[in-house]
Amino acid sequence: MVFIKYLIVLFLALSLICSVATGNVSELSSSVVSSCEDAVSLFLSLLGIMAFWGGIMSIAKESGLTNKISRLLSPALGLLFKGVDKASSAFSAITLNVTANLLGLGNAATPLGILAMKELKKEEGGKEKATKSIALLTLLNTASIQIIPTTIAAIRSKYGSENPMEIIPAVLFTSALSLGIGIVFINLFYIKRSKNERN
Amino acid sequence: MSVTDFILPVCLLIVCGYGLFKRVDIFSAFLEGAKENIKVAFDILPSLILLIALISMLKSSGALEFITTLISPLAKLLGVSKECLPLGIMRPFSGSGALAIFDSVIKDYGADSTIGRTASVMMGSTETTFYTIAVYFSAAKIKPDGKIIAACLLADLASVIISSLAVKLFF
Repeated sequence: MVFIKYLIVLFLALSLICSVATGNVSELSSSVVSSCEDAVSLFLSLLGIMAFWGGIMSIAKESGLTNKISRLLSPALGLLFKGVDKASSAFSAITLNVTANLLGLGNAATPLGILAMKELKKEEGGKEKATKSIALLTLLNTASIQIIPTTIAAIRSKYGSENPMEIIPAVLFTSALSLGIGIVFINLFYIKRSKNERN
Repeated sequence: MSVTDFILPVCLLIVCGYGLFKRVDIFSAFLEGAKENIKVAFDILPSLILLIALISMLKSSGALEFITTLISPLAKLLGVSKECLPLGIMRPFSGSGALAIFDSVIKDYGADSTIGRTASVMMGSTETTFYTIAVYFSAAKIKPDGKIIAACLLADLASVIISSLAVKLFF
């Protein structure tokens, strides 16, 4: 992260200036100590569900269930990545990456996504320039498409939600719609280049 | 009892049942995966501590309230509650930062309030866009162009706006 170091100093300066202006410097100072404890308590409430989900997904991986799901996804992804050969290793890396994202396998999704990116680059001539399919793959990774938001549910349940999972339909609705909007924008932005590629 | 109550237990049964059917040693597979994710969780802890301390300082100093008031016209324009907008702004930059803000919003306004639900949907439908782009493109040695960043950020903006609408629609 390049800009995080600026963010740190900015936040610290802003906090100090504002606390002097509002006259609660002592609260600021005590909040540093108490917040570190809050961080560990948040970590602990996430640790359990993260471990649990990792365990369940490891079963899904070993039984071949994740591969089965990625095969189910391939027709839809084939429509999206029209220029990519369905038999290529680039395409199979894309389907595995999307499956990992859908199932919330964050730590498995990243290496698969990078692999898919490299394979796409190879397939499309090895240039450093980004193409439409690379843009689509990026969007599929930056638009959260996780089906079961375990981390969010854990925090909701920590603060007494009656039904931590009740947000799933709204999350899926929002994710799908914003992904669709992103796809429309990519198609608009890359319209000229795809015409040139055909000629 | 609602339909969403079934999602998790049914998924668990399907995964474990299928594993048993495929003669996978599901217990040791579970332990292996759980152990791996515990390591991942510990990897996140240092940045979580830093960002939670920073967000908490912003909050107790009154700076977060000041920023929230400052961006409230923008929140109004987007149709998002002003308490949730800082989350939407932080999200593309830092996962731990967004988690810290999300935690504080849920703590202050309750998980099942409109604000809490909107924050939950926002958190669930966005990603750390800049970080993802930086990691992927530098690993694959591709130059990210403005069009990719613009498209991904526009999708994030859409998520922020739609999450507020979705909560009105679904609850």
